[in-house]
Amino acid sequence: MSDTFSIGRRGLLVGASGAAALGLAGNAQAQKPLVVGFIYVGPRDDYGYNQAHAEAAAILKKMPGVKVVEEEKVPETVAVEKSMQSMINLDGATLLFPTSFGYFDPHMLKEAARFPAVQFRHCGGLWQEGKNPKNTGSYFGYIDECQYLNGIAAGSTTKSGKLGFVAAKPIPQVLRNINAFTLGARSVNPKITTQVIFTGDWAMPVKEAEATNSMIAQGIDVVTCHVDSPKVVIETAERAGIFTCGYHCNQSKLAPKGYLTGAEWNWEKVYVDFIEAMKKGQAPGNFVRGGLKAGFVRPSAYGPAVTAGARTKADAVKAEMLTGNFAIFKDGLKDNKGNMVVPAGTTYSQTEPKLESMNYLIEGVVGSTS
Amino acid sequence: MSDGELGIWGVPLAMLAGAIRVSTPFLFVSIGECLTERSGRINLGLEGTLVMGAMSAYGVALGTDSPWLGVLVAAGVGLLLGALHAAICQLPRVNDIATGIGLMLFATGLAFFLGKPFIQPKAPNLGAIDLGWWSDIPQVRQALQVNYLFILGVVLAFALAWALRNTRWGLIVRLAGESVDAALAIGASVGRVRLIATSIGGAFAGVGGAFLSLYYPGSWNEGLSSGQGLMAVALVIFARWDPIRCLWASLLFGAAGAISPALQSIGVTQGYYLFSAAPYVLTLALMIATCSPARSLRGAPGELGAVK
Repeated sequence: MSDTFSIGRRGLLVGASGAAALGLAGNAQAQKPLVVGFIYVGPRDDYGYNQAHAEAAAILKKMPGVKVVEEEKVPETVAVEKSMQSMINLDGATLLFPTSFGYFDPHMLKEAARFPAVQFRHCGGLWQEGKNPKNTGSYFGYIDECQYLNGIAAGSTTKSGKLGFVAAKPIPQVLRNINAFTLGARSVNPKITTQVIFTGDWAMPVKEAEATNSMIAQGIDVVTCHVDSPKVVIETAERAGIFTCGYHCNQSKLAPKGYLTGAEWNWEKVYVDFIEAMKKGQAPGNFVRGGLKAGFVRPSAYGPAVTAGARTKADAVKAEMLTGNFAIFKDGLKDNKGNMVVPAGTTYSQTEPKLESMNYLIEGVVGSTS
Repeated sequence: MSDGELGIWGVPLAMLAGAIRVSTPFLFVSIGECLTERSGRINLGLEGTLVMGAMSAYGVALGTDSPWLGVLVAAGVGLLLGALHAAICQLPRVNDIATGIGLMLFATGLAFFLGKPFIQPKAPNLGAIDLGWWSDIPQVRQALQVNYLFILGVVLAFALAWALRNTRWGLIVRLAGESVDAALAIGASVGRVRLIATSIGGAFAGVGGAFLSLYYPGSWNEGLSSGQGLMAVALVIFARWDPIRCLWASLLFGAAGAISPALQSIGVTQGYYLFSAAPYVLTLALMIATCSPARSLRGAPGELGAVK
């Protein structure tokens, strides 16, 4: 259904750009708009990952000289290649944002080789100099900083000392979030543990609800998650009367009592920077990363259950993060199998590439990556 | 470890709880399909009906603030989709499998299209009955939070089994499924019987969808069903077209779906992908165990195209 609609809309856009081209011939001063394409893996209004991008796209639509084309619910298969091709060929897009993790390799790289004049920027992938084409790149936010702050709020609130994390797949970004959340909580009380449950995919509503319920049954009293739409986890936890930390977007409306704080994206910062570069005729950055300091991520406002003490503690760490000097992964950190993953005396700054290929769960996390 | 922990005993308990929580949509779709197939027709479109029911129930509950009205509307939408399937299949030379798949895609797409505005808002949920009041173990109490629709489904399964066996109406449905000639001989209109059976089957599936969006997991989104309607249709085959066995099979599927999170939550974390596949492995194993090249499936209605 959505396909027919997008083709209809595309047809319209082709007509419109055709008309624009004609107009251009008559009026040399008229500027051709910069067409930017967004591709989402799920619905745009999922209270989560896709919504965070779509909200930023909505802001871009208001910029003069920018036209945004969007397509949602595109699977991580050859389907995304077709979407990219039609955005380029029919809509005249010159900057594409395929936002889902699985779009990067091989789909986006293949299309980038086919259309060298188009800029491709992928969210979350690990772009490597020399290995990946120059017209591609990746951007991502150090949202683990906000996860660390979530962890402080969660660790200060829990009574059982047991936290829960509903995760989709054991990929580096997810593991980094789980680990940062746990480190934040253990900075409050080193005895705290985080139970992780993997559901196996980005959107599995029934499994997410089951995972949350089985955590509640084990006495866990604060849960958070890394799935595409945290709505189910947050609502299930709120109904059971336990606390939650949000992810991707602000979910405080879903859990007015139990919502502590949340890790939110602030993609408009990244996208506006990219578009400014394109307008100046430059290629946007190939490897763009940033955390709280760069404004790529932000924490949600504290919920009513967060004590004044916890707020002070989290705010102090946040202030340190804003100076850019705070390191989450440092000094003799062990994984939950007892292996040393960060040697003593070593500090990994947030930009450390090793952190982007994280494949372990740290001490204090109950769970396994396979 | 502190008090209040059940350790390994948490797993069977979580599976019981999961069976009760997760099984209801399977139960409604499978008894609906059971009734439809007993009348000699296959409706593969119930996955679409389930999704459509979920969406309409959520939308109505949101608009009217009454979840039970949502359930009612979901049943009505299911009834209409069932009737549509039956009416199309009544036309000459129409294949009910192809129609079912067509209607499944149609209903799913329609639900996604109409459901766009309902993804964000929060609709009121159906309540649950606390059957665990006698226990002071929180896990047991949590497991025995039983939704009204689950109880309704159990009652319906028994009622349908009884009605099929003991009433004149049940006899006519079975006749229409076993032998058109025999049904015609006693003066029953096979077309009308199938129309009614398919419509009621659709209504059941619609209610199953209402359970998904209004109770568990309790919100509307496009990944809500993820094939549960199709699995429920397969479940009818190994339940041997018996509503009471549909109930046991649904509970088994619910429990199998709860294994993976339950094991991970007590710290058995290796191989969770394998455990996640448990319901599908179970389907395959049961299918293999119950099939035989020497005979056709026992209990299969004689007029059912797919197993003839």
